Amino acid sequence: MSKTVTANGFALDDAGQRIVVDPICRIEGHLRIEVNVDENNTIRNAVSTGNMWRGLEIILKGRDPRDAWAFTERICGVCTGVHALASCRAVEDALDIEIPRNANSIRNLMMLAQYTQDHLVHFYHLHALDWVDVVSALKADPVATSALQQSLSPWPKSSPGYFRDVQNRIRRFVESGQLGPFANAYWGSPAYKLPPEANLMAVTHYLEALDFQKEIVKIHTIFGGRNPHPNWLVGGMPCSINVNETGAVGAINMAWLNQVSDIINKSITFVDQVYIPDLKAIASFYKDWTYGGGLSGKNVMAYGEFPAIANNYTNESWMLPNGAILNGDLSTVHDVDPRDPEQVREFVTHSWYEYPDPDAGLHPWDGVTEPRFELGPNAKGTKTNIEALDEGAKYSWLKAPRWRGHAMEVGPLARYLVAYARGQEDIKMQVDGLLSDLGLPITALFSTLGRTAARGLECSWAAHKMRTVFDDMMANIKAGDVATANMQKWEPDTWPDDTKGVGFGEAPRGALGHWIHIRDTKIANYQAVVPTTWNASPRDPEGNIGAYEAALLGTPMADPEQPLEILRTIHSFDPCLACATHVISPDGQELARVKIR
Amino acid sequence: MPAENANHPAARQLDWDTLILGIGNVLWADEGFGVRCVETLNERYRFASSVCVMDGGTQGIFLLPWVRSSRRLLIFDAIDFGLLPGTLKLIVGDDVPTYMGVKKVSMHQAGFQEVLSSAQLSGEFPDEIALVGVQPELLDDYGGSLTPTVKQQIGPALGLARQVLDRWKVEITARTDSLGTGERIGPDALAIRDYENGHPRLTGAGE
Repeated sequence: MSKTVTANGFALDDAGQRIVVDPICRIEGHLRIEVNVDENNTIRNAVSTGNMWRGLEIILKGRDPRDAWAFTERICGVCTGVHALASCRAVEDALDIEIPRNANSIRNLMMLAQYTQDHLVHFYHLHALDWVDVVSALKADPVATSALQQSLSPWPKSSPGYFRDVQNRIRRFVESGQLGPFANAYWGSPAYKLPPEANLMAVTHYLEALDFQKEIVKIHTIFGGRNPHPNWLVGGMPCSINVNETGAVGAINMAWLNQVSDIINKSITFVDQVYIPDLKAIASFYKDWTYGGGLSGKNVMAYGEFPAIANNYTNESWMLPNGAILNGDLSTVHDVDPRDPEQVREFVTHSWYEYPDPDAGLHPWDGVTEPRFELGPNAKGTKTNIEALDEGAKYSWLKAPRWRGHAMEVGPLARYLVAYARGQEDIKMQVDGLLSDLGLPITALFSTLGRTAARGLECSWAAHKMRTVFDDMMANIKAGDVATANMQKWEPDTWPDDTKGVGFGEAPRGALGHWIHIRDTKIANYQAVVPTTWNASPRDPEGNIGAYEAALLGTPMADPEQPLEILRTIHSFDPCLACATHVISPDGQELARVKIR
Repeated sequence: MPAENANHPAARQLDWDTLILGIGNVLWADEGFGVRCVETLNERYRFASSVCVMDGGTQGIFLLPWVRSSRRLLIFDAIDFGLLPGTLKLIVGDDVPTYMGVKKVSMHQAGFQEVLSSAQLSGEFPDEIALVGVQPELLDDYGGSLTPTVKQQIGPALGLARQVLDRWKVEITARTDSLGTGERIGPDALAIRDYENGHPRLTGAGE
C-alpha cells in the first residue's frame, strides 16, 4: 500500500510512523491497535486486531443445548446476562418454545438493569477519565463547585462542605501514592479541557456511581437467584413469584418486589440528576473535539431489543427497533434478518482462520472455525512477539462480519440512529433535546462524543423503561398470571431430530447473535457473533475497514507516545473491561504503559 | 430480609458480612482453580447466613459492590508466584492487593486489583482480607478443566481457608448431606463433574 482509498470510502496512508497500542487481555475484546501517523501526528491508517482465539464452538459441540447459556456466560468477563439471554433465545427458537409473559418481563427488567448499570459504569469508571483530569480536581474551589452543581440539577449532594470532604479524600488517596483506579492516565495533558470545578464535580460523581452500583446489582440478585452470574432457563426464567402473604417458600415475594421498585426509582433519579447533567457539562467543553465518527455517519445496524410482546422478535414488538442504515441515508432504514443467509456473513480473508473458499462469506449457521495463524510478508517480529502486523494479510483472531457485504457499526449510537431514523418519538425527543441544549446539529452525533452521548441518553431511557416494564409485570401478576416458565418441551424426546435456531438482540455494547444447530438432541454447531467482532473487525476481501479502524482515521494526536486520543475513541465503543495495554514503538521498545478499560 | 425467604438462593447474597470469593474462568484449565475451590467448599461445609460463598468468575469491577459490602474477605485464585506448579500460598492482610497485581496470570487479576483499590478509595474496605493462591500449571486449554497437579491442591487449599476462617471466628460445619436444589454456587452444567463428563473432544484446538 502506501496511499489507497478503501471500498467503503476511507483514505489510508501507511507511509508514516507506526504506533502500536497493545492491550493484553484475556477476556472479550482482547484488542491491539496499530496506527500510522503523518508528519503532523494525524492518524492516516489504523489496524485493529483481536489477539485471542476463543473457540466457543469447540467447547459447546456435543453438549446439551439447555446448558449452553451457562457456558456462553463465561466466554466474556463482563457481559454475562446478555450471552445467557441470546443463548436461551436461540434454543427456544430452534425448539419452538414460547416463554410466558412474566418471563419476558423479567428478562426485559434484567437487561434494562444491565444497560443502566453497564452504561453508568462505563461512563464514570471506564471512559470519564479520558475527559476528566483527577489531578486538576484537587485545585478546585469547593464553593464554586457547589454553585456549578446547583446550577445543573436538583441533586441534593451539592454543598461546599460535601465537595471539600470529597476533595480531601481524593487528595489523601493520591498523596498516599496508591493511585489505584487513577493510575496510568495522562494527568495534566493539554488534551484535558475541563475547569477544576467541573473536574471535581465529575470525580465526586465517579465515587457516587460506585455507591449506586451497590444498589442496582440487587435487581439481578433477586430475579436471577444469584450474582454475578444469574440463573437463566430455556423456556422462561427460573424464579417463582408469590405476591400473597402466605404460600410457596423460596419465591420472590412482595417485599423483594418493593425493593426492586425502590431501586428503579433511585436509578431514574441518579441517571437524570447526575449522569445526564455531567454528560452535558463535559460535552460542552469538548464541542470542538469532533473526531471519531468513522462508520457512524455511514453504516450502522441494530438487531432490536426489549420485546414488548413475549416471543415476538420483530419491530412490532421491539422497544428499540431493528434496522440498518447505509451511506448515512437516514431516510431509508432496512430490515435486518439474522436468519437470511444473504445478510449476516463472516469473512476470514484477513482473519487467522481458514475457509474452504478463502474469500467467501459464511452465514453463522454454516460457520466454520478452523484456526490458521500466520503472519503476512510485511509483518515485523515473530509469531510470539509481533512488533508490527501486516494488514495486507491475515492479522486478527476476529472474523469480519458484514451485513449484505457492508462493514457496520453497532452499539448505543447505532441503536439511537436507527430508532431516530425510524421516527420513534421517545428517542427523537431525547436526541433533539440534547442537541438543542448543546446547540449542535444532528451530524454532531457522528463522533466519539456522539457515541458517548447516545450511551448516556440510552441509560436514562433504560432506567425509565424499567418502571413501565415493572408496572406492567405487576399488573399481570396481580391479575392472577404467575407463570414464569414453560416446561412443555423441556424433555429432549419432544424435540425434532435436526433443527436450527437464532437468538439475537442488543447487548449494551451492540448487536449480539447466537446461532445454534441441534442434531440428535446435542449441539452440532454453535456460533456467536458479538458486538466487538462487528466494531473491531479486520478488513474483508473487498478491503472495507471496520468501525474501530474507520473511527481512528483523521484524528490528530497531541503526542503519539501518549495515545489519549486513541483511547478516547476506542473507549467510546465500550470495549472489554480492564485491559492493561502497552504502547510499543516500532523497534519493540516499550514507550509507555496505558490502560484501555 | 423477610425470614420466610431465607431459603431462596438470593437471600444468601443480600445479607451477610463475610465473603468467600472464588475468581477465575472455569473454561481456561487452571484458571478455574478459585471457582472450583469455592464450589468444593460449598459442597463440603455449611455456613451461617452471615457468610456468602460466591463464584466471582472474571467479573472485575462488577465485583466491587460485594467486596465493599464485606467485613471479611477470603479469596481463592490462581496466581503466578514463580513457584513450582501446584504450590499453594496463603497471603494475609495488606499483602493481598500487591500479590493480586505483581505478575498477572490473566486479565481478571488486573481487574480485581482495581476492585480492591476502588474499594479503598470508596472508604469501604474489608477489615480482614486473605488470599489462598495456587501456582497454575496450564492456562492455554480453552474448554479444559484443572490439571491433576492443581486439582489435587483443592483439599489442601480448603485446609488453609479453614485456618483463616477459624482465626476470623467464622463458624463452619461439615455437611453430612449432599447439596439441595438451588444450593450450588453455579449452574449444574458448570459443576466440575458435569463439566468434565460433558467435555467435548478438543479437535482442532490450538494451532
